[in-house]
Amino acid sequence: MRGSSSTAERGARLTRWLVTAPPALFLVVFFLVPALIMAAASFREPGEFGGLAPLASTGLTLEAYRFVFDDVIYLEVLVRSFAVAALTTVICLLLAYPLALLIVRSPKRQRDRLVLLVILPFASNFLIRIYAWMMILGPLELLYTPFAVIAGMVYVHLPFMILPLYTNLEKHDPVLLEAAQDLGAGAWTRFRRVTWPLSLPGVLSGAALVFIPVLGMFAVPELLGGTGDLLIGNLIKEQFLDNRDWPLGAALSLLLTAAVLAVAWLSALLTRGRSAS
Amino acid sequence: MALLEIRNVTRRFGDLSAVLGVSLAIEAGEFFTLLGPSGCGKTTILRMIAGFDAPDEGELFLDGRPLAGIPPEQRPVHTVFQNYALFPHLTVAGNIAFPLEMAGFARDDIRRRTGEALELVHLEDKGGAYPHALSGGQKQRVALARGLVNKPRLLLLDEPLGALDAKLRERMQGELIALQREVGITFVFVTHAQQEALALSHRIAVMNAGRVEQLDVPEVLYSTPKNRFVADFIGSINLIEGEVTAASRHELQLVAPGLGTIAAPAHAPVAPGTRGALALRPEHLRIAAPEARAGLKNHFTGTVAEYLFLGDVTVYKVRLDNGLLIEALATNAGSGKAYFHEIGDRVSIEWRHDAGIFLDR
Repeated sequence: MRGSSSTAERGARLTRWLVTAPPALFLVVFFLVPALIMAAASFREPGEFGGLAPLASTGLTLEAYRFVFDDVIYLEVLVRSFAVAALTTVICLLLAYPLALLIVRSPKRQRDRLVLLVILPFASNFLIRIYAWMMILGPLELLYTPFAVIAGMVYVHLPFMILPLYTNLEKHDPVLLEAAQDLGAGAWTRFRRVTWPLSLPGVLSGAALVFIPVLGMFAVPELLGGTGDLLIGNLIKEQFLDNRDWPLGAALSLLLTAAVLAVAWLSALLTRGRSAS
Repeated sequence: MALLEIRNVTRRFGDLSAVLGVSLAIEAGEFFTLLGPSGCGKTTILRMIAGFDAPDEGELFLDGRPLAGIPPEQRPVHTVFQNYALFPHLTVAGNIAFPLEMAGFARDDIRRRTGEALELVHLEDKGGAYPHALSGGQKQRVALARGLVNKPRLLLLDEPLGALDAKLRERMQGELIALQREVGITFVFVTHAQQEALALSHRIAVMNAGRVEQLDVPEVLYSTPKNRFVADFIGSINLIEGEVTAASRHELQLVAPGLGTIAAPAHAPVAPGTRGALALRPEHLRIAAPEARAGLKNHFTGTVAEYLFLGDVTVYKVRLDNGLLIEALATNAGSGKAYFHEIGDRVSIEWRHDAGIFLDR
């Protein structure tokens, strides 16, 4: 009895290992190790022609961090990045919510077709779609403005808001709305008191899926924005590709990662608070 | 004036007529039941009363005023849904307070009335709990409290006991009757469970294929069903086919193939030559060993084919000598053996000349 149950247990443990090991290994090699390399790089000196100076001659230094915190421009760009991310998230939510509701409330057959339309843009290359925006905004004399950046950001990230909202709203039991109506709630009250609070987990995951990528995005502001529209993602990219200051780039990206983790942690905290209640 | 009047209402879904020319009047304070198999139109009627559906023809009146065009949220009618439809993001108290908030009561008023409603359904200590933490019976009571809390003119109940297990359902039946008596609000109850309908209702409308087959108090429906559908749907029934050979004011004589002459009561005038069936409840039949016959007017012999021992009673299925299988019910009040006949035993089946009812439809 004991022997057989422990064999079964060992089998289950082995299965668990076989299933979880490959993705875990992948994450260690391609996420954890690079992140540690970046962290280490941020404490080094830049090399003369890019890369890092030899460790033996310069040792470890806080130079990159000092540089970031000494110059207020970096803080400004970080704040601007958060503002752009927040604005993009809000606009995406305002656009995506009615759309997700519309999809959920249309007949089953149309629903799948509409979801397909939402993900259809992914079928063409991201850069091509941004260039299409340049062609649209150019003649309107809106190119290289903050408006163009926000429009591009919203356009790129809208599906990431629609899909989690759709998945959430689809699970709502329609009889709850009938119950609310039966008990005296008009259309707006039904939304405010039933649909909206029940959809908050979807809103929060959609917000995270938009907010975090927007923070690190550099292509959209670079192609659609003006010189004053640069975001933290652009600064990081510049350090690596143009300024050849890897330690500074590494320090900036670590700070961004820290900020993103803080946001993700807050969002998880909020979601947990909601679902527990 | 009736509290709710349904006048000649028809509702079609495509080619299907869900409700066909139904007229009903429900009185204030009544526990009224719409009983029928699934698809008979009872739920459609309920939805039309609530306002979620509208008749294609005919009209509904509440307190004499037509309901047409009034949306559900403005009707003084609340529904207890089949699976309760409690708001998962609100506490028990939040759920019960919901209709009060919609009606615009003051905060103190809401708190007091919510407390009273919780007391009414014996959930005083569950006000802060969320629905997912409640048992089926507790959810049921919250749904009832929520439906009753701001005193609607009508409470509609859509198979509210369907999701409960047998024991709990029986207890909730008792609670429902007591609750309705206490609050005095008119209940319109929809169910396909005939026993539930008999146990709870003041009056029952038996529905089939969109029509009301018979509307009456439970005792009358049970003892004098109007047609085979009602007889068969409510309780168990034995139908003995035959032809009327003689009829007087109170008595009928019919001949059943293979059985011979049967004496039956006449509840309505019937002409000789009419074909139909004598409907007999299992408890009308007396089953006994052939030598222990009581000498009732109608007596036949048969063989026990099957029996169900239910504790208080035993239901015997007896094959009569003409091949007809009938059900007879015997109470197990005797001392000693709990039941008296084994499968294969020869038995006599007897019934009084005034038992049962002749159905020509």
